[in-house]
Amino acid sequence: MTTLLNVKDLRAYYGQVQALHGLSFSLNEGSLTTLLGANGAGKTTTLRAICNMVRSTGGIEFDGKPLNNRSTESIVRFGIAHVPQGRGTFTTMTVEENLQLGAITRKDNAGIISDIERMYAHFPVLKQRHTQQAGTLSGGEQQMLAVARALMLRPRLMLLDEPSFGLAPLVVRDLFGILGKINREDKVSILVVEQNAQLALELADQAYVIETGRIVMSGNAKDIANNEEIRKSYLGY
Amino acid sequence: MELFTNQVLAGIATGAIYACMALAVVMIYQAIDHLNFAQGEMAMFSTFISWQLMQWGVPYWGAFIIALALSFVGGIAIERILFKPLAKAPVLTNVAGFIALYAIINSSAGLIWDFTIKQYPTPFGSSPFLGSQLISTHQAGMIGVTVLLLIGLYFFFQYTRIGLAMRAAASVPESARLVGINTSWMIALGWGMATAIGAIAGMLIAPVVFLEPNMMGGVLIYGFAAAVLGGLTSPFGAVVGGFLVGIFENLAGTYIPGVGNELKLPIALALIISVLVVKPAGLFGRHIVKRV
Repeated sequence: MTTLLNVKDLRAYYGQVQALHGLSFSLNEGSLTTLLGANGAGKTTTLRAICNMVRSTGGIEFDGKPLNNRSTESIVRFGIAHVPQGRGTFTTMTVEENLQLGAITRKDNAGIISDIERMYAHFPVLKQRHTQQAGTLSGGEQQMLAVARALMLRPRLMLLDEPSFGLAPLVVRDLFGILGKINREDKVSILVVEQNAQLALELADQAYVIETGRIVMSGNAKDIANNEEIRKSYLGY
Repeated sequence: MELFTNQVLAGIATGAIYACMALAVVMIYQAIDHLNFAQGEMAMFSTFISWQLMQWGVPYWGAFIIALALSFVGGIAIERILFKPLAKAPVLTNVAGFIALYAIINSSAGLIWDFTIKQYPTPFGSSPFLGSQLISTHQAGMIGVTVLLLIGLYFFFQYTRIGLAMRAAASVPESARLVGINTSWMIALGWGMATAIGAIAGMLIAPVVFLEPNMMGGVLIYGFAAAVLGGLTSPFGAVVGGFLVGIFENLAGTYIPGVGNELKLPIALALIISVLVVKPAGLFGRHIVKRV
């Protein structure tokens, strides 16, 4: 197993306020890793720091190459697709245009067209609505669109920030099923941040628990799910 | 009836120019959320450049194209040098920047080419268009060039990747960066295009208002009126607004007693205020359909 993402002693700041206090973790190629923790623990900040959307210090290496001090848009070109909190949909554009934007850094037109078809196969509802304004989709459909848009990059690593947020439980199950499939079949490594710990641990193979900007627990997702003490004290279920 | 048709057609012709100015203003407004008060002066300067080229013996269309290219580059340079550093500054700082730009360009033009009024040629001639007394060939040319420009821009934004990227960068900058779009350059590109569009407006209207450093003052106010009427967030609205304002201006000047040529400008200002009071988003302003 090779390490795809290696984060060392990451500290992040919002103005004077420090949000991450020396956080270290790594993610193996092909794995589906989850980052758990309560509100305000620093999960979103961690993802934002990886894409240099917040001021940070420490080492972030992707496939052996340092990502620090690169612009957000150039980090995308390494093959890192970030689905932000709130999904980041281009609401005034059509569903199809959203998908094309996901592949905007790619040059292979034929590949892009076939990938759009592939996304429609993954998410049939998007095909039905491909000419519709993306803002008119339901929350679940917009989350599907956000995942599809990220996949259009043909990413090596996908960062997902609370994909379950605001979705009905059944829709969440559906979505997580698709994420697992993408991870296995398309060989996309996934780092997913979740508040819904139970579901995330079912899906993931590796898990980290964050509290106030530090990693307090790490290990195999199944072990963490089975450890009642950890569950009660950190995950609240 | 002939007077009415005549005034409407003349209104469409000047409306085409207002549409271009409004479009230029809206493009920059979409990109950086500020009104470019210097848009008119930039267009005037571009027009002077084309005039200078013609003085040096370059034929009209050659001067036209070179002026467009220089305007495009100049617009990008203005954004990189002046407004990129101001990107995170408060609104008033930006307003001061625009006023400074206005003053600098206006005075530089006066310094280089002085303030005397100059003739500016038209490539279309000024004979009656197709033998009809309703409209001159130059007016028809103004409409024709503008329509070609608008069609070109429509295809650019709708069907090219770079057009798509520019729209994305203007609508949700953070998401645009997350798909790998260099939003900063998209803004610069928007400035370049807006400046070139303004240059076309300047070169088309110059034979009518004559060439001098203050030639675009009134035109820009009408452009603002058009942009506000159509909705500052809608390029399509800006274009429609431009034609409407052009027609309205001419009809008001002809039919409302006492307005005449002198009071046309206050009418544009009255229009801006009425729209802002009655329908602040303008006719085609953004109504985002959203389901939560």
